[in-house]
This record gives sequence, C-alpha cells and structure tokens, in this order.
Amino acid sequence: MSLQISHLRAKVEDTPIIRDVSLTIQPGELHALMGPNGSGKSSLALTLAGHPAYQLAEPNSTAGQPPTRLRLDGHDLLKLSPDERGRLGLFLAFQYPAEIPGVTVQNFLWQAFQARFGADQARRHFDKVIKFRDHLQQKAEQMGVNPLLLKRGLNENFSGGEKKRLEMLQLAVLEPKYAILDETDSGLDIDALQAVAAGINQVLADQRPGMLIITHYRRILDHLKPNAVHVMIDGRIARSGGAELVAELERQGYRSDHSKQDDG
Amino acid sequence: MSRFARKQVSSHPSLVSDTYQHGFAFPTDDYATVFEPGLDENTVKDISHLKEEPAWMLEYRLRAYYQFLAKTMPTWGGDLSAINFDAIRYYLRPADSQVDSWDKVPSDVKTTFERLGIPQAERAALAGVKAQYDSEVVYGSLHQSLAKDGVVFLSMDEGLRRHPELVKEYFGRIIPAGDNKFAALNTAVWSGGSFIYVPPGVEVKLPLQTYFRINAENAGQFERTLIIVDEGAKVHYLEGCSAPNFSSGSLHAAVVEIVVKRGARCQYTTIQNWYKNVYNLVTKRALVEAEAEMVWTDFNMGSRLTMKYPSLILAGRGARGETLSMALAGAGQHQDTGSKAVHLAPHTSSTIISKSISKGGGRTSYRGLVNVGPKAHHSRNTVICDALLLDDQSRSDTYPTDKIFNSQVQVQHEATVSKIGDDQLFYLMSRGISEEDGRKMIVNGFIGDLVKKLPLEYAVEMNRLIDHEMEGSIG
Repeated sequence: MSLQISHLRAKVEDTPIIRDVSLTIQPGELHALMGPNGSGKSSLALTLAGHPAYQLAEPNSTAGQPPTRLRLDGHDLLKLSPDERGRLGLFLAFQYPAEIPGVTVQNFLWQAFQARFGADQARRHFDKVIKFRDHLQQKAEQMGVNPLLLKRGLNENFSGGEKKRLEMLQLAVLEPKYAILDETDSGLDIDALQAVAAGINQVLADQRPGMLIITHYRRILDHLKPNAVHVMIDGRIARSGGAELVAELERQGYRSDHSKQDDG
Repeated sequence: MSRFARKQVSSHPSLVSDTYQHGFAFPTDDYATVFEPGLDENTVKDISHLKEEPAWMLEYRLRAYYQFLAKTMPTWGGDLSAINFDAIRYYLRPADSQVDSWDKVPSDVKTTFERLGIPQAERAALAGVKAQYDSEVVYGSLHQSLAKDGVVFLSMDEGLRRHPELVKEYFGRIIPAGDNKFAALNTAVWSGGSFIYVPPGVEVKLPLQTYFRINAENAGQFERTLIIVDEGAKVHYLEGCSAPNFSSGSLHAAVVEIVVKRGARCQYTTIQNWYKNVYNLVTKRALVEAEAEMVWTDFNMGSRLTMKYPSLILAGRGARGETLSMALAGAGQHQDTGSKAVHLAPHTSSTIISKSISKGGGRTSYRGLVNVGPKAHHSRNTVICDALLLDDQSRSDTYPTDKIFNSQVQVQHEATVSKIGDDQLFYLMSRGISEEDGRKMIVNGFIGDLVKKLPLEYAVEMNRLIDHEMEGSIG
C-alpha cells in the first residue's frame, strides 16, 4: 500500500523536465517537496495526475536506465487517463485551479463524489442530493470555506485565497488515498495559511491519506509535521531528509551543495 | 482522438446519428390529404379552398405567391442552394379535423406525441396545448378557467374562422408578405400555427404550448402564428419542434407575428430540435407598445440550416425587449441566428444575449441589428455574444450592425469567443469526472444562465437534450 514513483522521466515537447525521480509515500505520511523555481516540482505534480502536456520519456536501455514505474496501491497509473487516476483516489490540489463558469461548486462536487465512489455507492451514502449538500455545508464550515461559495460557479471570480481553500474542501470531501498539494500555501495571508494548514492536519488525522506538499516556504511547514523533506533541483531529487532539513534549507539555500545562493 | 483519452472512444460523425431520439416516422397512407410535390398558383388556390377561406385570404395568398416568385433567394446568410421548391409537398393533412380529446387523435399520430411526452407535459405544467402534425393542428386543449376569462387559443385556421375581424386587422401587419422570400412563401401556403388572444389585464400563469412535428418526407411546414396580448395582459407561449430522420430535407418556413399592447408582457420560447436536414427559415417579429415587454427565448439545436432573427419593434415610450438566443451547431449544421431591436420611441430598452456552441465542424453565426431611430432618445441597448468552440474544426462568426440616429442613447456591445480549455477539462478529469461528462458540464455551465429563464420542466429537458447532443462528441 503506497504511492510508488520510480525513475519517473517526463518531457514537454522535446525538453526533458523530470529527469529521474523516485519517491515512495505511505498512507498517513506527509512528504514535503521543496526546491527553486523551475526545478520541476509542479511538473512532477501534473505528470502524476496525467496532464497530457507531459510525455513520459522512453527509458534509454543502452544507457542502462531502469524503466519508469508509477503505482498507486499496486495499480499501474501509467496506463490510466487523468479521470481514472482520480477515481482510484489520486488527488491534485492545483496551484492555479481552473475556472468553470456556470457550473456550481456543489453540483460539481456531487458529480465528482459520484465519480470517485461510484454513483450507486454515493447514493447509498447520501440517498438524496440534499443530504450530500448538508454534508458539504458542514465540511465547508470545518475547512473555513464561506458556504455562499458553494452556490457560485466553480472558481468563477474567486480570490486566490478562496480558490486554495476550495481545493482543501475538495480534498476533504473526495477522500483521496494520495494527495499532491501544489503550492497550496502561496498567495495566502496568515489567517488563510493557518486555515489551510489546519485543514491539511484534519484530513491527515481523519482520513490518513499519503500526502506530498509542494512549497517554497517554511511558513506552512511550521504548522505541519512532515515525515520527510525532499529537495528538487533540475528535475531530480537532490536531497532527502527529515523535518530538520527545512531549517537547514532556510539557512543555506537550496544549492548549498553546489554554489551557495540565496533563495527569496 | 482526444488528447486525454488513452482508451478508444467511438464517435458518431454521420448525420444518421443515434443520439437523435425523435427520428422515427409513420407512413402517410392514412392521411386525409397529401399534395403532390410542387408549387404553382393552383397549389395556393387548393389550400385556400380546402380550408374554405374567405375571399380576402385567397387574394392575400395569391399576392404573396407572386411576391415569392419575384424575390430572389437571400445570399447574405447560410447556403440555401440545395433547396428545391419543386420537390416539396406544400400540404399534408393527417386527420380529418382537429380534436379536443386525446383519445380521438389518430393512433399513429398519438403514438408520436406520446413518445415525445406531449400528454404528460400538458398534465404537468401547461395551461393549454396544441399539436401540429405536418400541415394541420390535430389536437388542442385549453383550461376552462382561461376560456372563461376570454383567452383564445386556437389553431390559426380556426382563428380565421371564428375571429375573422381580429385576424384581418393584424394578419401580415407586423410581417408583410413582401418582407422576405420565405415570409412571402409562408403567406402564400400557410397552414396551421397558433392564434392567441389574451384580453386586457388577464394573466395566463402557466405556459401555452404548441408542439410542431414534421412526419412526412419532403414535407414543407408553413405554420403561421399570431399572438395579441391586450393591455396589461401576460402570457408565455412555448413551441417545440422535431422531425424524423429522413435522408432528403424538409422545409420549415414559419411566420410569427406578435402584438404586445400597452403595459402587457409576452414571452415566446422556442425549443427547436428539427432533424439535422431540415431547413428552418423563420421570420418572427413583435410590435411592443408603451411600457410593454417582449421576451424571446430562442433555443436552436436542430436543423441543417436555421436563419432566424426574432425582432423587437419598440414602438411605444418605455417599451422593453429582450432576446435570449442559444444555438448549438454540430457536424453539417449552420445556426445563423441573432436578433433585431428597432427602437422607435423614447426611453425604450433592449437586451440581446446570444450564446452559441459549435462542435464537430459545426458553424454558428450571430447576426444582429440594432436600430435606434431619431425619436428614441434616452434609449438603451446591450448586446452580449458569447461563442464556445469545442474543437478546431468548428466555426463561429459575429455580424453585428448598429444604426444609431440619436445621440442621447446608450449602446453596448460585448463579444467573446472561447474554447473549452484543456486546463478546464484536465481540472474536472483530475477529480474523477470523465472527459465526456466534463465537456457536458462546461457546456451546460456556459448556457446555464439562459436555461434558467425557462420553466423548470423545460430547463431540465433542455439540459438533457444538450447532454444528448454532447454524447459521442469527443473528437
């Protein structure tokens, strides 16, 4: 039982973006992924979710490259489309969530919930849509999402903070097995940051998914307890360590091994 | 092939699509009257004689027939070159007379309308209903309470028989026969359609509906509708259209004239779902008097070519008009739709909102006219056109014309064209929603605010129809 990434290589058009990434996340674990801009963190997130712009690179067997594997609790994700990955329980909290005008948050989430758990099972759980909406309302209050947003178009004219909080609400409602949170903390004020961190801790405690949180900043990690911290540089995991690595990075910057430089 | 799909997804690009569920037809053997194809002066006379019309109507028809001959085909819009006027049957009468009891409707016809859900719809949410099969209205009913209030809801033929003075006063007044070639054709060979009169101050709370059905191959349907909403009265009229999936095309050329008197309100809703080889060339116009309001809700998803621009003549001070137009064009279809707003009086206002969706190589065009006359000071107009393209093969154009003869007016025009973004689809798919369901959601969201203007039952039906259209459309 794990999200197992081994020797992942991906390119956009002909440019290699992910050069060789291996990482295993167990249920209930929180991993942090840090690294400078352009190191491939968001690309890794999108590749895992199956974004069509990211092509998997064929292994170069003459160079002795081992094959790429991507498994969710034993299921081979490489063969699956983004929706099939989502239904298996993989969740991506987007850095830039898309706006879908006219599709209300509550209708979208009911449809997503039915897709995730199967329409029959979803209806057994909530025999009426109205009961799902009550549940949604409750979760929204728990996650600090203004319930009025549930009746608006999905992310339509939402502020940056509202979008990020809605991603957390989706995380709580869709109960994924593994979640990737792509810079969920960026652009948030202190209150919103604390609310998002509390939401993550709540979901971790209630549902015990495996989580990978991508961030630039120590701020959010002060509110969370990562089991492991990884540093990505130039499409590779350059270092891995425990939570103590965060403080070291903050002191020395990402490229402390190479040439020292400050990272804002 | 979709960029997202890793599995095979079948598509249905052909015209004979299995997503059109109204494509069945019954034989015409039992019809009371079926004309041979073709049109000449005798065709016009025969129709008038069969209907035992007054002499003035026959004269009117004949004048229109010669206007039809004299006028050239319009070339500014869609491609009309495949229409063969000689191949069309101009009159087909399925039953001997209109009946007011569902049991008396001929069984084939009844089966058709039952499959289309007409009797259920009537029980559920309508104040009155008419069903027109090819050339004639075969069934009609009206709630007794409305009849007691003096509301008249008849087929146009009955209207002419029972209210000749009203018909003579208004027929062709809003849309003269010479307005355009197809209005002339309709005036020459019209049959069926609705005649509605709502007396002063009467509010018809539930919609009145007519269902138009073409059943026979190469049939022309030329219904003629006249609605008079007297001072302070209110009515909502709905029409739905469908046809069998014959290989050769049919022609539907209707004329709809509406008079909305002082302080009255009329909403006219069309859900046009003709089979995808019908030419749908319709002229619709409302004369709106002082402080009155006219709303056109015009949904076009069927037909091979639709050319239709419901018009608002804002003739009285403070008159208001609104056109909400939705068009969906798939493979082989061209929806050339829009609206005209003609402001003739001060303090008049009009809003035109057009939303179009093109997919599978389909084409939508918005064509609009805003004309603000010299007397229409302090008038306002807003035009909003949003087009959604589902793929690179599809097309959307906007042809707006503004003629403003007054400086004290406010005219706004906004137009957007968007494509279903990969980012939007990917977002929905990452939540477990299939690509097809994702597209449906995006499309339904796009037109959602227009669909909300429909009565609930129709809004639900509309969303279902659009979902249906979107099935197998991943290209």
